[in-house]
Parts: sequence; C-alpha cells; structure tokens
Amino acid sequence: MAIIELNNLWKEYGDQVVLERLNARVEEGEFITVVGASGCGKTTLLKMLLGTERPSRGQLLLDGTPIPDEPDETRGIVFQRYSVLPHLTALQNASLCGELDANRWLGRAFGATRKAIRARAVEMLEAVGLGAALDKYPHELSGGMQQRLALAQALIKKPRILLLDEPFGALDPGIRRDMHQLVLDLWREQGLTVFMITHDLAEGFYLGTRLWVLDKVRRDAQSPESYGARLTYDLPVGDSKKGTLQAIARNVHDTSRLLQGATP
Amino acid sequence: MKKLINRQAGPVGRWALGLLPFVILVVLYLVASDARLAANPNDKLLPDLASFVDAIQRMAFEPSKRTGEYLLWQDTLASLTRLALGVAISAAIGLVVGIATGALPLVRAGIAPLVTGLSLVPPLAVLPILFIVFGLGELAKVVLIVIGITPFLIRDLQQRAEEIPAEQVIKMQTLGANTWQIILRLVWPQVMPRLISAVRLSLGSAWLFLIAAEAIAATDGLGYRIFLVRRYLAMDVILPYVAWITFLAFAIDFALARYSRWRYPWFHQAR
Repeated sequence: MAIIELNNLWKEYGDQVVLERLNARVEEGEFITVVGASGCGKTTLLKMLLGTERPSRGQLLLDGTPIPDEPDETRGIVFQRYSVLPHLTALQNASLCGELDANRWLGRAFGATRKAIRARAVEMLEAVGLGAALDKYPHELSGGMQQRLALAQALIKKPRILLLDEPFGALDPGIRRDMHQLVLDLWREQGLTVFMITHDLAEGFYLGTRLWVLDKVRRDAQSPESYGARLTYDLPVGDSKKGTLQAIARNVHDTSRLLQGATP
Repeated sequence: MKKLINRQAGPVGRWALGLLPFVILVVLYLVASDARLAANPNDKLLPDLASFVDAIQRMAFEPSKRTGEYLLWQDTLASLTRLALGVAISAAIGLVVGIATGALPLVRAGIAPLVTGLSLVPPLAVLPILFIVFGLGELAKVVLIVIGITPFLIRDLQQRAEEIPAEQVIKMQTLGANTWQIILRLVWPQVMPRLISAVRLSLGSAWLFLIAAEAIAATDGLGYRIFLVRRYLAMDVILPYVAWITFLAFAIDFALARYSRWRYPWFHQAR
C-alpha cells in the first residue's frame, strides 16, 4: 500500500488557488524532490504533509487514512532555518526526543535511561560528522553544521517520513554537495520516505528517486493567482532526457517571472 | 585628522571621559556649598563633606539613641526585603501567566484583554485601596510593587513567548512532545533570560512604588527615612541615602546582567 496518496488535492486561500488537482501515490522508501518557482505552492504542499495546513478539497492520505492535521512523530522535518533549539547544546538537541519519550511530565531522563539516550545521540552525531562539537550551542556552529544537527535530531526519532524544506538553501555550494551525500546515505540506511523541497532545479535533477515539478499550467498575467500549480512532471530521477530538463527549466522560469510580476 | 564621527576613545580615554561629568558635578556642588556656608554657617540646604561623613557615621555605624538599632542597615534590610518579595512574586506571576498566554492561544484569548486593561490602571491610584484592604503593614507595600510591575512583566513575557519561531514549536511536535513538554523544554527555558531582562527594566518602577509606599505608611525603610528627615531639612542624611539607593539599584542590575550572561550564554552570544 502507498504510504502517501494525493487524491485530487486542492489548496485555496479565498480566491487564490495555490494548488490544483494534484494526484500521486508515493511508496514507502521513495525520495521525492519537489521543485518549482517560488510562490508555486511547494511549501504549501509540505505544510499539508506536515499537518499545519489542511487541503481545501480532495484527500491527502497517510497509510490510507487522512493525514493527521497537526505535526506528530510520524513526520520529521528539517527547515531552512530555526530547526534546532538554540538553548540546547548539540548533544542535548540530539538527546531531546529520547528524553521526551522517557518521561511524559518532565521531558527528562535520569540514570541508565539517560546514559542510553546520550550514547545513541553521540553515535548519531558522530554519524553526521558532529563528533567534535557535542557540547557546542547552535550559534557556535556554522550553517552546514546546524543543518547536520537538525538532520541528526530529526532522524534519531526514526520518523517514517522526512520532510526537508529547502534545507540547504542557505549553504555554500561545496557544503551543499557534502550535505546531499549525507542525506542520501541516511536515507538508504534508515529506509525513510523523503520529501525534499528545493528551488534549485539542478538539485532536483539528480538527488533522490523521483522528481516532482509544481508549475502553473494556465498562466494569466492579469491575475496569476486565479490558477493554481499542478504536478506538471513526475519523473524517475536518472533516466530523464536532457530535453526534458531544459523544458522544465524553461517552464519554471516562465512561471517564476509571471509570479514576480513581469509582463510576458 | 579623522572626522569627528570616526574618532573613538581609547580604553583610558573612555574611563576619563566617563568620570569627567561626575567630577564636574562634585566640584560644582562643593563650590556652591562653600559659597552658601560662607554666607550662613547654619545653612542646611547644601551641607559640606564633613557633615556627610558625620551623618553617615551616625546613621550607619552608631546605634540609634532611641531604638539602639543601626538605622541605615535596618532601613536597607527592610526595603530590600519588600523589594525582593514584590519583584519575586511579580516575576513568578509574570512567568506563569506570560508563558500561558504566549504559548496557548486559548488562554491568550481569555486573559490578554484583562491584562491589557489592568496594565492601564495607574498603580499609585489604587494605593489607598491597598491600605484599606491590606492594612498599613508589609503586605500593602509588597502588593503595590506587584500591582505596579506584574502587568508589564506578563505582557513582555507573553510577547517573548509568542516570538519563539513556529518552526521550533513544530519541531518539538515532530519529536513527539505534548503541549506540557513543549512548554517545559522549549518555551520556559527560552523565556528565562528574557524574564531577567524584563525584571531589570521593571526594577526602576519597583523602587518608585516601594519608596512611595514607604513614604506614606511605614516605620522603617529607606523611603521612610528620607521622608522622615525631610521635616528637619536634613540634607546631610537625605543625599547619602539617595546615593545609597542608587548604588543598590545599580548593584542589583549589574548582578542580574552578570548572572544572565553566565547562566544563558546561548542567549547573549547569539545576538
């Protein structure tokens, strides 16, 4: 059975149509990269998967039942910023989910439980390359290291679905490549289902197993918001032809200009 | 030569420039005091240094002839106890209510309008009510401080709690936290350093309310003493008391700032 199912999914805010007629099935273990112009509803789709926004029409199913309409531990997330808690050190950040589990009222663990949680956190932090920064606060870490920490923190909970909201958007290109490798490794190891949002088309063309393009099919220069974005491409990554990629890039660029207010 | 706007004081220069106004004020005072005392040796308005030393000696280091107590220290203890009680109670209420209204939209909808309304009541206007309800004892003075600064603390902390990025609240939920755990592990620790800065800001008003209450009804306390000796134009006591109060206020503020830097490095360094 599909883990995520989109059945004729719409999202509207009043007159403004953000997403229209999305249909797709996602199997467990897929790595989906979602690309599209900014303002095209990528983040809205992610918020619906997260549970902070609800579909206006149609269905968004998790394991065949409507997805819970608030965030919970089935879906982990890494945002572009503010993902880790600034008042906790790297180790405390990574131990947090274990401690929350251990004690419902205090949200802290003691004794042997605490030791076990810390050991696991250390192991995870070492796996993402933060073994030397255990006792550092997030503000003492570089942007790339903060995102590594955010990944470790999300993955230690073993969520079934990992949502990545432009997680590497603020990083330098070199560091970004390292992070891609890290995400791919972790995804393979843990058998996760990943949704990654990016506005970097190149990132979407080679990362993961499946590429979704959100784009407006109907563009109205007078009122760009009266038509929503649809899934214009749903391709397996790897065997897409050069021409397709250029077509996607061109379409996304046109929509982008439309949304920025340029006249065609 | 560099433009004035680009010129900085060196380490020594900064101290010298900072001290200069104080030195000028002291010199001005001494000159004025000298001039008045030359005209009238019994002038009480601008006493000379010797009278200050004398008054401090009398208030701080000699037992009072009437009660046998060291007045300055007794006044200080009484005032600081009231201030500490008032501020501690306000901080506790501010923390609990501020977090509740800041973190929980339902509580905010219910309580925020009331807090806004209460914060607009001038505290000194309700002082007579406090004296009627709580009597003239310690309670009324402490309650005046509480009434005076709690609404500010609540509103400030509510705003700080609301400012916590939504991403972090969502993150906590994806890590399996329930509402109580989010408050305990995310909101509370993040609001604590902000509570300290809010308390630092409100200390000025707390002193104001304390001295006002002591001036009207008390048998000891720094404010009481100042208003008592005012009847005898005893500037030689009033001015050292004012300086002492200023020093206490400065010391408390300094200690809170230092504590916050030591306890919450993530808060201060990240800025």
